[in-house]
Amino acid sequence: MSSREQILQQVKLNKPSETFLPLHYTFDSGYENTEVKFKEILKAIYTEVIVVDSLAELKEKVEEMYAGVVNKVTTVAELSSWADFSLQVEDPHELEMVEIAILQAEFGVAENGAVWISDNHLQHRVLPFITQNLAFVIPRNALVNNMHDAYKRLSDTTGWGCFIAGPSKTADIEQSLVIGAHGARSMVIFLVEN
Amino acid sequence: MSKAVIDHAEASETFNKDESYVDWHDETLWFVRKKRDISSKLLPEWEALRETASQIKDYVLSHMDDLLEAFEKNAKANGVHVHWAADAKEHNEIVLAILKQHKIDRMVKSKSMLTEECHMNEFLSQNGIEVIDTDLGERIVQLRQEPPSHIVLPAIHLKKKDIGDLFHEHLGTDAGATDPQYLTEAARQHLRDKFLTRRAALTGVNFAVAETGAFVVCTNEGNADMGAHLADVHIACMGFEKIVPLQAHLGVFLRLLARSATGQPITTYSSHFKTPREGQEMHLVIVDNGRSTQLGRADFRNSLKCIRCGACMNTCPVYRRSGGHSYHNAVAGPIGSILAPNLDMTKNADLPFASTLCGSCSNVCPVKIDIHDQLYKWRQVLVQGGHVPQAKEIGIKAMSMVLSQPRFYQWSGRLGRSVMRTLPFMVNNSLNPWYKQREMPEPPKESFRDWYVRNRK
Repeated sequence: MSSREQILQQVKLNKPSETFLPLHYTFDSGYENTEVKFKEILKAIYTEVIVVDSLAELKEKVEEMYAGVVNKVTTVAELSSWADFSLQVEDPHELEMVEIAILQAEFGVAENGAVWISDNHLQHRVLPFITQNLAFVIPRNALVNNMHDAYKRLSDTTGWGCFIAGPSKTADIEQSLVIGAHGARSMVIFLVEN
Repeated sequence: MSKAVIDHAEASETFNKDESYVDWHDETLWFVRKKRDISSKLLPEWEALRETASQIKDYVLSHMDDLLEAFEKNAKANGVHVHWAADAKEHNEIVLAILKQHKIDRMVKSKSMLTEECHMNEFLSQNGIEVIDTDLGERIVQLRQEPPSHIVLPAIHLKKKDIGDLFHEHLGTDAGATDPQYLTEAARQHLRDKFLTRRAALTGVNFAVAETGAFVVCTNEGNADMGAHLADVHIACMGFEKIVPLQAHLGVFLRLLARSATGQPITTYSSHFKTPREGQEMHLVIVDNGRSTQLGRADFRNSLKCIRCGACMNTCPVYRRSGGHSYHNAVAGPIGSILAPNLDMTKNADLPFASTLCGSCSNVCPVKIDIHDQLYKWRQVLVQGGHVPQAKEIGIKAMSMVLSQPRFYQWSGRLGRSVMRTLPFMVNNSLNPWYKQREMPEPPKESFRDWYVRNRK
């Protein structure tokens, strides 16, 4: 008998008597203002949230903020004149030199500041991790209150996706918080009106 | 079956030699516990969330076979290779075979308590495979050639000076440098090189979703993603209890996990892996290693609901003052002490006794495991099974004789009080374990019973 059969057989034999799933497993957060909460949480995890009125304003802002940066990439079509948009690399290892990646993402979660990004928006899964600095662009109206709302919205499951909340961090040395463990050293979120 | 080389009480004694160090360890973990309290109290639905999580996990235990089969079917349909391992040995051999098939002899690994449980690193190393742990805390303990002392905070037992010295020796940082920012940067550079040059990455699994065949890996550092997305081969290893039925259930568990662990509202990265990326090979190893036996123990099966947040360790007065290594098990602390006897009763017979049964662990557990009740129940099982050292057994028997006979109990109390008054050296000496690290109390003039009998008249 294979290990698979052996394990499943013993599990069947030993499992407790049947219980049922809770019918109600989501909760409402009912924040007065979802965007205010989103910004407040992100501020606490060292992330700036910038509201821009249009994609043209986004471009202006980005050019101003990252003026001196050489290795920059983006998945936002409107920024294609500012940075490499094609991302035609043979091997994701070549992305190692990227200093700033400005990436289109799907939506944000107010209770924890997380932003959902997935294969839908990204040719190279490693990009949000390997880049030295990271910025997300999401529509201003794409904010949900909590993780229950997030999963309601996430009816699709693409090949890979990730909630990312702030820059990479660690506190493994005497519980001292250090930003920039392996992933991005800084994070900015642009909320675009319409 | 082997006897524990050094039991929890003995190891704790060593840990307690430096009082200021123990105080620091105690306070550091209590600080994490307090962050958990603040964070959990911000959610009015916290208790309802815990109850919901507990019920979902009860359902998982009672439908484990069906859920595992559904998960396997969906994962396979996603293009993931699924393997089953009955025990640690088989798990390690499966990982080795995958690496050999690809002629890979160097691998990066993110945090996986399961591979600690299976002693995979040692096994692979004996077979010519180099494994680099990429979580900062895990890399630190790996360089020191010791196991993690905490499931979430692997190097919590070390001071920054220890880490500074270690990095000076291994990574060439400046002698005497202890700034966490500087040391972390050195580790970032050192590990980036590993990420960029290794063709295989192994990760743990926090949750496996039966409905979609996807698995979720949570980190703060981003090391699991850095490894997995750069490697040609991604191997993910999970104990079979990691299953949740529906993707929407992740909403419940991701809200509880980081808040319980460190007080964060969520980990920085909660990565959902469903299909391998183009050109990549993805393997998933589902491991039993005693779990199906534990599932059959009515009193202890709830331990399989654990989501490995570490809250029970941070709150435990014994863990905080004895350190993770004193538990001589991959998972330390209260939860480790109810998981370990299932793996080896003789070797781990001391662990359920490493508790005051205060119940704080059960109170903070996000999936409401009755941890302290199980610790108490394990004690009965272990004594009845003859796994407890004879001295302890004799002590327990003597105690039960005294406590079951009221007259004898009164007489012993009187004798004890008078000995403490007239011959204090009889108790204030190193042979009395209650005298360690504390003064014995002043003996009262009379017992409560004597006082009561006298005053009732």
